[in-house]
Amino acid sequence: MNKLSRLSLFALIAAGSLLLSLQAHTEEQVATLRKGTELNKENPKPAPLQNPSNKDIKRARSYPMQPPTIPHKTDNYQTNLNANKCLSCHSRSRVEESQAPMISVTHFMNRDGNFLADVSPRRYFCKQCHVTQVERKALVKNDFKDVNEMLKKDRKAH
Amino acid sequence: MTKYLLRYWRIFRKPSVHYSLGALTLGGFMAGIMFWGGFNTALEATNTETFCISCHEMENNVYQELQSTVHFTNRSGVRATCPDCHVPHEWTNKIARKIQASKEVWGTIFGTINTREKFENNRLRLAKHEWARLKANDSLECRNCHNFEFMDFTRQSSRASQQHSTALGSGEKTCIDCHKGIAHTLPDMSGIEGWE
Repeated sequence: MNKLSRLSLFALIAAGSLLLSLQAHTEEQVATLRKGTELNKENPKPAPLQNPSNKDIKRARSYPMQPPTIPHKTDNYQTNLNANKCLSCHSRSRVEESQAPMISVTHFMNRDGNFLADVSPRRYFCKQCHVTQVERKALVKNDFKDVNEMLKKDRKAH
Repeated sequence: MTKYLLRYWRIFRKPSVHYSLGALTLGGFMAGIMFWGGFNTALEATNTETFCISCHEMENNVYQELQSTVHFTNRSGVRATCPDCHVPHEWTNKIARKIQASKEVWGTIFGTINTREKFENNRLRLAKHEWARLKANDSLECRNCHNFEFMDFTRQSSRASQQHSTALGSGEKTCIDCHKGIAHTLPDMSGIEGWE
Protein backbone atom coordinates (compact mmCIF):
# COMPACT_ATOMS: atom_id res chain seq x y z
CA MET A 1 0.00 0.00 0.00
CA ASN A 2 1.52 3.31 -1.01
CA LYS A 3 1.32 6.45 1.03
CA LEU A 4 -1.46 8.08 -0.99
CA SER A 5 -3.86 5.18 -0.79
CA ARG A 6 -3.15 4.82 2.92
CA LEU A 7 -3.95 8.48 3.39
CA SER A 8 -7.19 8.24 1.42
CA LEU A 9 -8.23 5.17 3.40
CA PHE A 10 -7.64 7.08 6.61
CA ALA A 11 -9.67 10.02 5.30
CA LEU A 12 -12.49 7.67 4.39
CA ILE A 13 -12.56 6.11 7.84
CA ALA A 14 -12.45 9.53 9.49
CA ALA A 15 -15.33 10.81 7.32
CA GLY A 16 -17.30 7.65 8.01
CA SER A 17 -16.92 7.86 11.76
CA LEU A 18 -17.82 11.55 11.68
CA LEU A 19 -20.98 10.75 9.73
CA LEU A 20 -21.84 7.98 12.16
CA SER A 21 -21.38 10.21 15.17
CA LEU A 22 -23.44 12.94 13.51
CA GLN A 23 -26.20 10.45 12.80
CA ALA A 24 -26.13 9.19 16.36
CA HIS A 25 -26.31 12.78 17.57
CA THR A 26 -29.39 13.66 15.48
CA GLU A 27 -31.09 10.40 16.37
CA GLU A 28 -30.54 11.12 20.02
CA GLN A 29 -32.08 14.57 19.63
CA VAL A 30 -35.13 13.35 17.75
CA ALA A 31 -35.52 10.37 20.01
CA THR A 32 -36.38 12.61 22.96
CA LEU A 33 -39.66 13.45 21.21
CA ARG A 34 -40.20 9.76 20.54
CA LYS A 35 -39.65 8.91 24.19
CA GLY A 36 -36.31 7.25 23.53
CA THR A 37 -37.45 5.02 20.66
CA GLU A 38 -34.95 4.89 17.81
CA LEU A 39 -36.06 6.23 14.45
CA ASN A 40 -35.91 2.86 12.72
CA LYS A 41 -37.89 1.11 15.49
CA GLU A 42 -41.56 1.19 16.25
CA ASN A 43 -42.60 2.25 19.73
CA PRO A 44 -44.38 -0.76 21.25
CA LYS A 45 -46.35 1.55 23.51
CA PRO A 46 -46.97 4.80 21.63
CA ALA A 47 -48.26 7.82 23.50
CA PRO A 48 -52.05 8.18 23.14
CA LEU A 49 -53.20 10.49 20.36
CA GLN A 50 -54.38 13.87 21.59
CA ASN A 51 -57.67 15.27 20.42
CA PRO A 52 -57.14 18.58 18.65
CA SER A 53 -58.82 21.61 20.15
CA ASN A 54 -62.33 21.96 18.72
CA LYS A 55 -63.57 25.20 20.28
CA ASP A 56 -63.91 27.25 17.10
CA ILE A 57 -62.34 30.30 18.68
CA LYS A 58 -59.82 32.32 16.66
CA ARG A 59 -56.31 32.38 18.08
CA ALA A 60 -53.93 35.31 17.97
CA ARG A 61 -51.16 35.07 15.40
CA SER A 62 -47.61 35.19 16.66
CA TYR A 63 -46.56 37.40 13.74
CA PRO A 64 -48.51 39.07 10.93
CA MET A 65 -47.62 36.57 8.21
CA GLN A 66 -48.36 33.49 10.29
CA PRO A 67 -50.87 31.13 8.68
CA PRO A 68 -53.79 31.04 11.12
CA THR A 69 -54.06 27.77 13.06
CA ILE A 70 -57.20 25.66 12.66
CA PRO A 71 -59.55 26.01 15.67
CA HIS A 72 -61.46 22.77 14.97
CA LYS A 73 -61.01 19.05 14.28
CA THR A 74 -60.08 18.02 10.77
CA ASP A 75 -60.22 14.24 11.21
CA ASN A 76 -60.75 12.44 7.92
CA TYR A 77 -60.94 15.65 5.88
CA GLN A 78 -60.03 14.60 2.35
CA THR A 79 -57.73 16.79 0.32
CA ASN A 80 -56.78 15.33 -3.02
CA LEU A 81 -57.30 15.74 -6.75
CA ASN A 82 -60.99 14.93 -6.40
CA ALA A 83 -62.07 16.85 -3.36
CA ASN A 84 -61.00 19.42 -0.79
CA LYS A 85 -63.10 19.25 2.35
CA CYS A 86 -61.64 22.48 3.77
CA LEU A 87 -62.76 24.43 0.72
CA SER A 88 -66.30 23.11 1.03
CA CYS A 89 -66.64 25.73 3.78
CA HIS A 90 -63.76 28.17 3.28
CA SER A 91 -63.86 28.74 -0.49
CA ARG A 92 -65.12 32.06 -1.83
CA SER A 93 -68.41 30.62 -3.06
CA ARG A 94 -69.14 28.68 0.14
CA VAL A 95 -68.51 31.22 2.92
CA GLU A 96 -71.93 32.85 2.68
CA GLU A 97 -73.64 29.62 3.63
CA SER A 98 -70.99 28.30 6.02
CA GLN A 99 -70.07 31.68 7.61
CA ALA A 100 -66.51 30.38 7.82
CA PRO A 101 -63.60 32.78 7.15
CA MET A 102 -62.73 32.91 3.46
CA ILE A 103 -59.26 31.81 2.39
CA SER A 104 -57.14 34.97 2.10
CA VAL A 105 -56.78 36.69 -1.26
CA THR A 106 -53.11 35.72 -1.39
CA HIS A 107 -54.32 32.18 -2.08
CA PHE A 108 -55.66 33.31 -5.45
CA MET A 109 -52.29 34.68 -6.55
CA ASN A 110 -49.97 32.70 -8.75
CA ARG A 111 -46.22 32.95 -8.26
CA ASP A 112 -46.05 36.00 -10.52
CA GLY A 113 -48.48 37.87 -8.26
CA ASN A 114 -51.40 37.73 -10.71
CA PHE A 115 -54.85 36.95 -9.35
CA LEU A 116 -56.58 33.82 -10.59
CA ALA A 117 -60.32 33.09 -10.60
CA ASP A 118 -59.99 30.29 -8.08
CA VAL A 119 -57.52 29.09 -5.47
CA SER A 120 -54.02 28.78 -6.89
CA PRO A 121 -52.83 25.16 -7.22
CA ARG A 122 -49.77 25.96 -5.09
CA ARG A 123 -52.10 26.91 -2.21
CA TYR A 124 -54.43 23.93 -2.60
CA PHE A 125 -53.03 21.75 0.19
CA CYS A 126 -54.32 23.60 3.26
CA LYS A 127 -52.61 21.49 5.89
CA GLN A 128 -49.18 22.28 4.54
CA CYS A 129 -49.42 25.57 6.44
CA HIS A 130 -52.60 25.49 8.54
CA VAL A 131 -52.58 23.03 11.40
CA THR A 132 -54.81 21.97 14.24
CA GLN A 133 -53.64 22.58 17.81
CA VAL A 134 -53.60 20.47 20.94
CA GLU A 135 -54.16 22.14 24.28
CA ARG A 136 -51.07 20.94 26.07
CA LYS A 137 -47.94 22.28 27.68
CA ALA A 138 -45.18 22.91 25.14
CA LEU A 139 -42.85 19.91 24.79
CA VAL A 140 -39.75 22.07 24.62
CA LYS A 141 -38.83 25.47 26.07
CA ASN A 142 -39.56 28.33 23.68
CA ASP A 143 -38.07 31.81 23.93
CA PHE A 144 -40.15 33.29 21.15
CA LYS A 145 -41.12 36.91 21.72
CA ASP A 146 -43.93 38.68 19.95
CA VAL A 147 -42.84 41.60 17.77
CA ASN A 148 -44.95 44.00 19.85
CA GLU A 149 -43.05 42.97 22.94
CA MET A 150 -39.77 43.69 21.14
CA LEU A 151 -41.01 47.11 20.05
CA LYS A 152 -42.12 47.95 23.58
CA LYS A 153 -38.71 46.97 24.92
CA ASP A 154 -37.05 49.05 22.21
CA ARG A 155 -39.19 52.10 23.04
CA LYS A 156 -38.34 51.77 26.72
CA ALA A 157 -34.62 51.67 25.95
CA HIS A 158 -34.69 55.00 24.05
CA MET B 1 -93.80 -30.18 -24.20
CA THR B 2 -97.36 -28.88 -23.67
CA LYS B 3 -98.46 -32.48 -23.13
CA TYR B 4 -95.98 -32.87 -20.22
CA LEU B 5 -96.98 -29.59 -18.66
CA LEU B 6 -100.63 -30.50 -18.99
CA ARG B 7 -100.01 -33.86 -17.28
CA TYR B 8 -98.29 -32.21 -14.30
CA TRP B 9 -100.99 -29.58 -14.11
CA ARG B 10 -103.61 -32.38 -13.89
CA ILE B 11 -101.67 -34.13 -11.09
CA PHE B 12 -101.37 -30.83 -9.32
CA ARG B 13 -105.09 -30.16 -9.60
CA LYS B 14 -106.21 -33.69 -8.63
CA PRO B 15 -107.30 -34.22 -5.02
CA SER B 16 -104.96 -36.41 -2.98
CA VAL B 17 -105.77 -40.14 -3.04
CA HIS B 18 -103.07 -41.70 -0.84
CA TYR B 19 -102.21 -39.05 1.72
CA SER B 20 -104.43 -37.78 4.49
CA LEU B 21 -105.33 -34.13 4.71
CA GLY B 22 -103.50 -33.92 8.06
CA ALA B 23 -100.26 -35.33 6.63
CA LEU B 24 -100.42 -32.95 3.70
CA THR B 25 -101.08 -29.92 5.92
CA LEU B 26 -98.33 -30.89 8.33
CA GLY B 27 -95.94 -31.66 5.46
CA GLY B 28 -96.73 -28.32 3.87
CA PHE B 29 -96.19 -26.56 7.17
CA MET B 30 -92.80 -28.24 7.72
CA ALA B 31 -91.73 -27.52 4.15
CA GLY B 32 -92.80 -23.93 4.66
CA ILE B 33 -90.63 -23.56 7.76
CA MET B 34 -87.67 -25.12 6.01
CA PHE B 35 -88.09 -23.01 2.90
CA TRP B 36 -88.59 -19.77 4.81
CA GLY B 37 -85.76 -20.53 7.22
CA GLY B 38 -83.47 -21.42 4.35
CA PHE B 39 -84.42 -18.27 2.47
CA ASN B 40 -83.77 -16.05 5.47
CA THR B 41 -80.49 -17.79 6.28
CA ALA B 42 -79.32 -17.31 2.72
CA LEU B 43 -80.45 -13.69 2.82
CA GLU B 44 -78.57 -13.07 6.06
CA ALA B 45 -75.49 -14.77 4.63
CA THR B 46 -75.45 -12.21 1.80
CA ASN B 47 -75.80 -9.48 4.41
CA THR B 48 -72.34 -9.84 5.94
CA GLU B 49 -69.06 -8.07 5.43
CA THR B 50 -67.41 -11.41 4.59
CA PHE B 51 -69.85 -11.88 1.71
CA CYS B 52 -69.38 -8.32 0.42
CA ILE B 53 -65.60 -8.47 0.35
CA SER B 54 -65.57 -11.93 -1.20
CA CYS B 55 -65.60 -9.95 -4.47
CA HIS B 56 -62.23 -8.33 -5.12
CA GLU B 57 -63.96 -5.17 -6.43
CA MET B 58 -65.23 -4.54 -2.92
CA GLU B 59 -62.21 -5.81 -1.01
CA ASN B 60 -59.54 -3.94 -2.95
CA ASN B 61 -61.31 -0.61 -3.30
CA VAL B 62 -64.03 0.42 -0.90
CA TYR B 63 -63.09 -1.94 1.95
CA GLN B 64 -59.52 -0.60 2.02
CA GLU B 65 -60.81 2.95 2.18
CA LEU B 66 -63.17 2.18 5.04
CA GLN B 67 -60.39 0.88 7.26
CA SER B 68 -58.87 4.25 8.09
CA THR B 69 -62.18 5.83 9.07
CA VAL B 70 -63.95 6.15 12.40
CA HIS B 71 -66.67 3.75 11.28
CA PHE B 72 -64.12 0.92 11.14
CA THR B 73 -62.01 1.45 14.24
CA ASN B 74 -62.50 3.83 17.15
CA ARG B 75 -62.06 4.15 20.91
CA SER B 76 -65.28 2.40 21.90
CA GLY B 77 -65.00 -0.50 19.45
CA VAL B 78 -68.28 -0.05 17.64
CA ARG B 79 -68.01 -0.92 13.97
CA ALA B 80 -70.35 -0.32 11.07
CA THR B 81 -69.87 -3.04 8.47
CA CYS B 82 -70.96 -2.80 4.81
CA PRO B 83 -74.65 -3.83 5.22
CA ASP B 84 -75.13 -1.50 8.21
CA CYS B 85 -74.94 1.48 5.88
CA HIS B 86 -75.75 0.02 2.48
CA VAL B 87 -78.69 -2.32 3.18
CA PRO B 88 -81.94 -1.18 4.83
CA HIS B 89 -82.68 -3.05 8.06
CA GLU B 90 -86.44 -3.26 7.61
CA TRP B 91 -87.60 -6.38 5.74
CA THR B 92 -89.54 -4.98 2.75
CA ASN B 93 -86.93 -2.33 1.99
CA LYS B 94 -84.20 -4.90 2.45
CA ILE B 95 -85.79 -7.21 -0.14
CA ALA B 96 -86.23 -4.28 -2.52
CA ARG B 97 -82.55 -3.38 -2.14
CA LYS B 98 -81.52 -7.03 -2.58
CA ILE B 99 -83.45 -7.22 -5.84
CA GLN B 100 -81.73 -4.04 -7.00
CA ALA B 101 -78.41 -5.56 -6.01
CA SER B 102 -78.87 -8.32 -8.59
CA LYS B 103 -77.47 -5.70 -10.97
CA GLU B 104 -74.25 -5.92 -8.95
CA VAL B 105 -74.08 -9.66 -9.60
CA TRP B 106 -74.36 -8.85 -13.30
CA GLY B 107 -71.59 -6.30 -12.84
CA THR B 108 -69.26 -8.75 -11.18
CA ILE B 109 -69.90 -11.46 -13.82
CA PHE B 110 -69.19 -9.09 -16.70
CA GLY B 111 -66.40 -7.20 -14.92
CA THR B 112 -67.88 -3.70 -15.00
CA ILE B 113 -65.43 -2.50 -12.35
CA ASN B 114 -62.93 -5.38 -12.23
CA THR B 115 -59.86 -3.14 -12.48
CA ARG B 116 -58.79 -0.13 -10.42
CA GLU B 117 -59.07 2.10 -13.50
CA LYS B 118 -62.60 0.94 -14.30
CA PHE B 119 -63.59 1.45 -10.67
CA GLU B 120 -62.13 4.97 -10.59
CA ASN B 121 -63.95 5.81 -13.83
CA ASN B 122 -67.24 4.69 -12.30
CA ARG B 123 -66.67 6.07 -8.81
CA LEU B 124 -68.73 9.23 -9.34
CA ARG B 125 -71.65 7.32 -10.89
CA LEU B 126 -71.66 4.71 -8.10
CA ALA B 127 -71.32 7.33 -5.37
CA LYS B 128 -74.21 9.29 -6.86
CA HIS B 129 -76.41 6.19 -6.62
CA GLU B 130 -75.71 5.89 -2.90
CA TRP B 131 -76.16 9.63 -2.28
CA ALA B 132 -79.49 9.56 -4.11
CA ARG B 133 -80.63 6.50 -2.15
CA LEU B 134 -79.73 8.08 1.22
CA LYS B 135 -81.24 11.40 0.21
CA ALA B 136 -84.50 9.67 -0.76
CA ASN B 137 -84.82 7.70 2.50
CA ASP B 138 -83.74 10.67 4.68
CA SER B 139 -80.40 9.01 5.53
CA LEU B 140 -82.19 6.07 7.12
CA GLU B 141 -79.07 3.93 7.45
CA CYS B 142 -77.23 6.74 9.27
CA ARG B 143 -80.19 7.18 11.59
CA ASN B 144 -80.29 3.49 12.46
CA CYS B 145 -77.46 4.40 14.85
CA HIS B 146 -77.33 8.20 14.94
CA ASN B 147 -80.71 9.29 16.25
CA PHE B 148 -81.41 13.01 16.05
CA GLU B 149 -83.67 12.80 19.12
CA PHE B 150 -80.82 11.36 21.21
CA MET B 151 -78.23 14.00 20.26
CA ASP B 152 -76.81 16.08 23.10
CA PHE B 153 -76.04 19.43 21.47
CA THR B 154 -74.08 20.55 24.52
CA ARG B 155 -71.65 17.72 23.77
CA GLN B 156 -71.19 18.87 20.19
CA SER B 157 -68.85 21.56 18.93
CA SER B 158 -70.47 24.92 18.31
CA ARG B 159 -70.33 24.39 14.52
CA ALA B 160 -71.93 20.98 14.77
CA SER B 161 -74.71 21.97 17.16
CA GLN B 162 -75.45 25.05 15.05
CA GLN B 163 -75.94 22.98 11.89
CA HIS B 164 -77.73 20.08 13.56
CA SER B 165 -80.18 22.22 15.52
CA THR B 166 -81.18 24.26 12.47
CA ALA B 167 -80.74 22.61 9.08
CA LEU B 168 -81.04 19.00 10.28
CA GLY B 169 -83.69 19.70 12.93
CA SER B 170 -86.00 21.45 10.47
CA GLY B 171 -85.64 18.62 7.97
CA GLU B 172 -84.23 21.02 5.40
CA LYS B 173 -81.11 18.88 5.15
CA THR B 174 -80.35 15.25 5.79
CA CYS B 175 -77.13 13.60 7.03
CA ILE B 176 -75.72 12.76 3.61
CA ASP B 177 -76.02 16.37 2.39
CA CYS B 178 -73.03 17.36 4.53
CA HIS B 179 -71.42 14.04 5.50
CA LYS B 180 -70.29 12.76 2.13
CA GLY B 181 -67.10 10.71 1.97
CA ILE B 182 -67.08 9.81 5.67
CA ALA B 183 -66.39 6.14 5.00
CA HIS B 184 -64.89 6.07 1.50
CA THR B 185 -62.68 8.19 -0.73
CA LEU B 186 -64.62 10.87 -2.56
CA PRO B 187 -65.07 10.94 -6.34
CA ASP B 188 -64.40 14.09 -8.36
CA MET B 189 -66.58 16.56 -6.45
CA SER B 190 -66.52 19.44 -8.92
CA GLY B 191 -70.10 20.51 -9.59
CA ILE B 192 -71.56 18.60 -6.65
CA GLU B 193 -73.81 20.75 -4.45
CA GLY B 194 -71.87 22.14 -1.52
CA TRP B 195 -68.50 21.46 -3.10
CA GLU B 196 -68.41 23.93 -6.00
